[in-house]
Amino acid sequence: MLERLKEFASEFFVTGDPLIYGADVAIGITMITIVAVLTYFKKWGWLWRNWLTTVDHKKIGIMYIIASIIMLFRGGVDALMMRLQLAMPNMDFLHPEHYNQVFTTHGTIMILFMAMPFMFGLFNVIVPLQIGARDVAFPFLNALSFWLFFLGAMLFNLSFVIGGSPDAGWLSYPPLSELSHSPGVGQNFYIWGIQISGIGSLATGINFLVTIIKMRAPGMKWMKMPMFTWSVFSTCIIILFAFPILTVTLALLFLDRFAGAHFFTLDLGGNPMMYINLIWMWGHPEVYIVVLPAFGVFSEIVSTFSRKKLFGYKSMVFAMLIISFLSFFTWAHHFFTMGSGADVNAFFAITTMLIAIPTGVKIFNWLFTMYRGRIRMATPMMWTLAFIPCFIVGGMTGVMLSVAPADFQFHNSYFLIAHFHQVLIGGVVFGYFAGLYYWWPKMFGFQLEEKLGKWAFWTWNIGFYVCFMPQYAVGLMGMTRRLSTYGWDTGWWELNFVSTIGAFLMGVGFLFQVAQIADGIRKYKSLKASADPWDGRTLEWSIPSPAPEYNFAITPRGDDVDEWWEEKERRAKGIYPPEQPLEPIHMPKNSAIPFVMSIFWFIAGFGFVFGWLWMAILGLAGVGICMIARSFSYDTDYYIPVDEIKRTEASLRGSV
Amino acid sequence: MAQAAAKHGENHAHGHDHGHHDPQELKVLGFWFFLISDVILFSVLFATFIVLRDNTAGGPVLSELIKMPGVIAETFILLTSSFTSGLAVLAMNQGKVKQLISWLAVTAVLGAGFIALEVTEFIELIHEGFSYTTSAASGAFFTLVGTHGLHVSLGLIWMIGLMLQLKKRGITDVTRGKINVISLYWHFLDVVWIFLLSIVYLMGVM
Repeated sequence: MLERLKEFASEFFVTGDPLIYGADVAIGITMITIVAVLTYFKKWGWLWRNWLTTVDHKKIGIMYIIASIIMLFRGGVDALMMRLQLAMPNMDFLHPEHYNQVFTTHGTIMILFMAMPFMFGLFNVIVPLQIGARDVAFPFLNALSFWLFFLGAMLFNLSFVIGGSPDAGWLSYPPLSELSHSPGVGQNFYIWGIQISGIGSLATGINFLVTIIKMRAPGMKWMKMPMFTWSVFSTCIIILFAFPILTVTLALLFLDRFAGAHFFTLDLGGNPMMYINLIWMWGHPEVYIVVLPAFGVFSEIVSTFSRKKLFGYKSMVFAMLIISFLSFFTWAHHFFTMGSGADVNAFFAITTMLIAIPTGVKIFNWLFTMYRGRIRMATPMMWTLAFIPCFIVGGMTGVMLSVAPADFQFHNSYFLIAHFHQVLIGGVVFGYFAGLYYWWPKMFGFQLEEKLGKWAFWTWNIGFYVCFMPQYAVGLMGMTRRLSTYGWDTGWWELNFVSTIGAFLMGVGFLFQVAQIADGIRKYKSLKASADPWDGRTLEWSIPSPAPEYNFAITPRGDDVDEWWEEKERRAKGIYPPEQPLEPIHMPKNSAIPFVMSIFWFIAGFGFVFGWLWMAILGLAGVGICMIARSFSYDTDYYIPVDEIKRTEASLRGSV
Repeated sequence: MAQAAAKHGENHAHGHDHGHHDPQELKVLGFWFFLISDVILFSVLFATFIVLRDNTAGGPVLSELIKMPGVIAETFILLTSSFTSGLAVLAMNQGKVKQLISWLAVTAVLGAGFIALEVTEFIELIHEGFSYTTSAASGAFFTLVGTHGLHVSLGLIWMIGLMLQLKKRGITDVTRGKINVISLYWHFLDVVWIFLLSIVYLMGVM
């Protein structure tokens, strides 16, 4: 009995690696600390009422962003481990198998559990405020989306210490990801972690589409919508069309592994190329899903910090919609070298190059907005400015890669790695950082001090170029991706060493940011933010910071793109809006169901990972019961009385 | 359907939704978007089936095993159930709860009949040696048709739940929204089946 238990434990827990034992201890200590702190300060009830069961879009947004930053840390540590292994030839820091796991989890986490939730966090905090709404269209579904993402991400991360991490790359190409080549549970963790959070992403896409279509403030016509909201809208269209493809693709892969089907296997008629087509039909649009909202953030920031209307509003909107359309016709450029034939390659090369046109239009619009503007160099603006040259270089190397014949040379080399990190870090990460700094006072009600932020900015940026510029060169010298070690005779080591230094500089930049936030939290009382700290232009700056739970005491109007700016001008001239009486506000009630249901999803996912059918069925039954419970509950909303609104507004503004 | 639903939303707009939009109208629009995502889901399964259907790896070929009478019976049953779900909505719009519940019950019985026939068909195929793990083609077939069957089965559980709610609460703004949504869902499954019939069965035997 004891022997069997030991054998089970040795398979269940990941053993034999000192790094992982270290992580086990760290996870244990963190969990004990969290439990102890919550118990000591008697915060369990507070946690449950204010966070775990909340349906308030602003709080959900904050939870998304916190989770995403934790994942940025984990994905970042993965990156540093890889760079350490590659710093010198013949390094023996990570064994090849471990190295495979590290680059797989790095890619998966950064795209799906860092970029996506960061983006959803910004959606949640800002979109309803920008369009003058009280909430999103489906607050309950919104909470469910968050918890599905969160528990999906936790399931994925669990693979690190239980069962073993996936190691077939961030897109899990078969046959590597099939049972024949990956017999362990790592791939199952990959499938179910993404699957569960993917359902949440799809639901968020639908939620925000309906919110933006139906819940804009009176007067806010389509062409009056703030640019960030437009970017969210175009992103959600891509999500709606792309995410079901991912769901099916992963389901089919799972059926291969779990139920003995032969969709992508090498035997009995399976077709691995089918998987690669499907995964990129989702995967390429996914790139635009994460970058379009960053474009929206930049548009808001450029306009606010140049104190000018955004140049070429209409062309910006069309550029965004064209990008979201074209994003579905580029997927085959990921496998130019796999023998699709010249015609197919030519088609996808051209559609890929076409995307550079609307993107270029946007860059020029931002530059023209700054032209003759009164520019202020606050941190959000600095990240925006840093993005422009970075994205131009990244975009141009992208066009180089899109030339199909040339791609036969660059394919899967470090040139490619440098390209996509340049657009994804320069575009997405810089964009979300800019957005976080910009909307921080609106989220938390206090401002961050800029000094540490500027240190963070410079270390990140210098680190970025030091890290990735050498990679272009080493790629052209023939170094391929996913390589875990190389010899002295290759001539790559100097460039790799420099690159590693850059990676660690970016890590230092992250530490500066953590220090900046910690410092801000410590001094938040003295850093209290006004309603409109940046002299903003859109509706979110018209309400107190942080926004009250009902957002707007009186429904605003949205007659202009820069409605709040116009309103300030009118007020300066002495024209005030007519007094409107307050009315009770209709709000959704908190619910425990999203949290509980996601736990059941987690249980089901864990059961499927280990092939324990009883556990999977138990989990799915729990999910079903939660759905029925929700369908049968009718008491889901309440009204905030006028008195309470008056009291809240008075305490936030000093007067109504 | 959607227009009718939207119109209803307007007629019965809530007396006090200050600045809030009619929740039923939002739900119907959200459900349309869900259906779009479901269309994509089925499209991918159809594409997979079309790519893999000849990859039988020397095993049995689907087109030689299809028994059309059963498939035609399934088709008629499902089309009829779509019609009866339409009658249910008509009864709801006239405010007749009992009639509404009975038409829903008829729809559910027909749906269950469809599932029973499908399961029988599957069992026969497996007996003929065409099982889930036989080849890429068989897996693609069972996954595509099975996903539709799973949708119908979930719809049945959902419908039973709604009948219970109707019994308890009658026709209200909320239950009306729910019935409109499930009726959309049911018609959608019917449309998907037409594609299944054409692409999987008719193109297989012709």
